[in-house]
Amino acid sequence: MKTNAVAMSAAAPQRGVRPRGLERRTPPFGTDSVARWSRTLGIGVLLALLAFVIFGPLANLFLWAFAEKWYFPNKLPQEFGLTFWGRVFAPRGNALASLGTSVWIAILTVALSLAIAIPAGYALARLRLRWRALILLAFLLPQAVPNLPVYVNIARVFYQIGLAGTVTGVVLVHASHGLVLAVWIASAAFASVDVSLEEAARNIGASPWTCFRTITLPLAAPGLIASAIFVFLESLDEFTGTYFVGVPDVTTLPLLMFNASMGGNYQIASITALLLLVPSIAFMLVVERFLKADVLAMVGR
Amino acid sequence: MTIDSGGAGWRGYALVAPALSVIALFFALPLALSAVLAFRGKDGGFTLEHFAKSWDLYRTDLWFTVWIVLLSTVLIGLVAILIAGYLTLGENPRAVAILRWLYRWPLFIPFIVTGQIMRTFLAKNGMLNHVLIGSGLIEPLAAQSVLDWRGIVVAFVWKQAPFVTLLLAGAMASLETQHIEAARNLGAPRWRVLVDIVLPQVRGTLLVGLVLSFVTMLSVLSVPLMINPNSPTMITVDVAYRINTHGDYAVANALCLISLLVAAAAAWFYLRQSSRQLAR
Repeated sequence: MKTNAVAMSAAAPQRGVRPRGLERRTPPFGTDSVARWSRTLGIGVLLALLAFVIFGPLANLFLWAFAEKWYFPNKLPQEFGLTFWGRVFAPRGNALASLGTSVWIAILTVALSLAIAIPAGYALARLRLRWRALILLAFLLPQAVPNLPVYVNIARVFYQIGLAGTVTGVVLVHASHGLVLAVWIASAAFASVDVSLEEAARNIGASPWTCFRTITLPLAAPGLIASAIFVFLESLDEFTGTYFVGVPDVTTLPLLMFNASMGGNYQIASITALLLLVPSIAFMLVVERFLKADVLAMVGR
Repeated sequence: MTIDSGGAGWRGYALVAPALSVIALFFALPLALSAVLAFRGKDGGFTLEHFAKSWDLYRTDLWFTVWIVLLSTVLIGLVAILIAGYLTLGENPRAVAILRWLYRWPLFIPFIVTGQIMRTFLAKNGMLNHVLIGSGLIEPLAAQSVLDWRGIVVAFVWKQAPFVTLLLAGAMASLETQHIEAARNLGAPRWRVLVDIVLPQVRGTLLVGLVLSFVTMLSVLSVPLMINPNSPTMITVDVAYRINTHGDYAVANALCLISLLVAAAAAWFYLRQSSRQLAR
């Protein structure tokens, strides 16, 4: 500790050139150690608390997923086991079918959303649009309005034109909801691409399309991939719209989970919830690889 | 920003048109239907009776919804500022790394899964109470279920704070560091640097994150349905109840329009703030 402090104070005169995070304002010797230790301890306690807040609920879910028997007032399940897993994944069980339906719907939703969000995002980032703020707001609306009555009314319309209870109907609903993220992130991704690179390409004779295809699109790709994954997850997790539009033939994983939970079957609900968690957490672990700070800074600009 | 200086405005609109038409067909149209139904009486004429009925039956829930969502938004903002601020200005590299790894776990966990998780975690015999009793913080008899409005707020903050933090930390990371370092070298404490130098520059991003969270939480059905479906609860639960139990689309749609007004207030707030920023 002491050698550390000496090293720090020796480095003090060059403060300002050292990278941030390494520099440290050094209080006078003596009081130093105690203050630093208590501060480190404080940070440790806060981090531990945060860890409990985040992992406690997840741990509880995990326990339920592997609990064979768990009655009040036991703190932990009386018996652990995999019986319920067997039931979820049984060939005649509908979890696997629901998983397949969910993934298929999510893939179609991503394809549709990106196909229309990329041109829109490009236009919003690069072209002169008079009603730009209003258009951005229009894409915000599907997230801004309690969706339930929208879904109820759309379900009635879809019923009349034969789209109710079909994958197409659910995909259309998911895509109109996912567009807000797709368009906003795509627009931010295009905005973060340096205009001078495009101008250089145009100056040496590239057509607008070539310029877009070879310069703008590849540079914006990480942000676009991020928006694709966002849309994918949103579709995978969507509950309310599927409930109204998908009935009675389309059962996705969230619907299965909700029914199990409301039926008081916490094991089945927790196992299904775990299945939904896997893609969510996998994306969380890699998101910053796709969504760089420069793109994030352009969101909503 | 703008690359084509000529007119050609129609090209931009053509590129935006497909996306806008999806919104129009599958969102605006049903919403318009909803507005029509909310104002249409049994005889087909114009009426306000559905709103009167909504107000009579559900005004407590309306205040509850506004209170829950506002409180959650404020808490999310505070949590996000604290975490993103420490990630940017923290001096203990190990703590920063741990925090960066830690805070994002709930980021993409769906609302419905959050509802299921909190339903078991916050229950009277859930893990929260077991840990509080086990660590001697509360007496076993004092254990109570948090599955009321507090549970909804906890679920919302747990799920939504990492999203705003991610946006905010990203914006903070792309700031020029000279000002921050100059202030630090002059001896400004970190919280002053955060409040006076960092936050004003990332206000726009924070605002976007909070407005998005606000409107998202306003329209979540699964969390209140799973945590506290009994009155007082959130408007979304009432809407589902009117439709599922009574087939009452009129009152359901009236309730929807009322929460649209709340969301519109948030949108107006955002537009005012961002136009003020542009004017600067």
